[in-house]
Amino acid sequence: MARKGDVVIDIEKCKGCEVCLSACPHEVLALSNEVNSKGYHYTVKVNSACTGCANCAVVCPDAVITVYREKK
Amino acid sequence: MITPENLVYEKTKVMTDRVLHYCPGCGHGTAHRMLAEVIDELGIQGDTIGVAPVGCSVLAYYYFNVDMQEAAHGRAPAVATGIKRVLPEKYVFTYQGDGDLAAIGTAETIHACNRGENILIVFINNGIYGMTGGQMAPTTLPGMKSSTSPRGRDVATMGNPLKITELIAELPGTYFVTRQSVHTPGNARKTRRALKKALEYQKLNKGTCFVEIVANCPSGWKMTPVQSNKWMEEHMFSFYPLGDIKVPEK
Repeated sequence: MARKGDVVIDIEKCKGCEVCLSACPHEVLALSNEVNSKGYHYTVKVNSACTGCANCAVVCPDAVITVYREKK
Repeated sequence: MITPENLVYEKTKVMTDRVLHYCPGCGHGTAHRMLAEVIDELGIQGDTIGVAPVGCSVLAYYYFNVDMQEAAHGRAPAVATGIKRVLPEKYVFTYQGDGDLAAIGTAETIHACNRGENILIVFINNGIYGMTGGQMAPTTLPGMKSSTSPRGRDVATMGNPLKITELIAELPGTYFVTRQSVHTPGNARKTRRALKKALEYQKLNKGTCFVEIVANCPSGWKMTPVQSNKWMEEHMFSFYPLGDIKVPEK
């Protein structure tokens, strides 16, 4: 069983570029229907399959993702 | 779950909290962060001086939480030379795009590398002048469309693209020359390792370290960020192959 992880997304800084969506191996992320104050659709978490691999956070150009992972 | 002891990844403190002005999906943001993470990891935040270029990354001094100096267009390696010679114990890097480094600054780049200045040059190559509206750059691929080559770059009339990284690797002054990218998590981590090596070599005073990062320009290429990354993989990497070009002899 993979370790459980979680992501926190700074939606105000997100520009909706979708680079993190293709980097996620478990399809945890998707774009929101709503927009932030800049008018961008932002990334949201849509399921609980996150393993805390941090791939999304590494490729995020705007560093909006913070990753947590359960200790063993 | 969301507690400090479970934290595995957050934005490094070597980057400021300012919102990046770059277009959505631009590789500059990731490249900035990889360099900032290395500075953080090596614990040299107080001993690092960066030189910002002219181009999209002209505002790099707002984002790196280290001492920064802005240089005239293309002259970052010359400014970095001066800084490093006056303060040889500091870590000095330049961060330049292809319009800055491979066009107007070709002379400064080649001479700084040939003299073997102990600086790190980070070169972002997206094959286009991003800031001024997507014009053709010296690094634009043959057949690649830009706002000043709307039918694609015709080598017969517009000349050949310049592979400046290969050129620089031939110079005796360079110690470590590599080409990386930041469009996938794996590539971004490789870039971080390359930048770390380069800053460690700077401590040994061995010569110029040169890290090229092939990047996308979604706005200039007129694509979505995800499409531009795919296009980069399909077209840029065959002309600008990733990997180490010059590594120190054991």
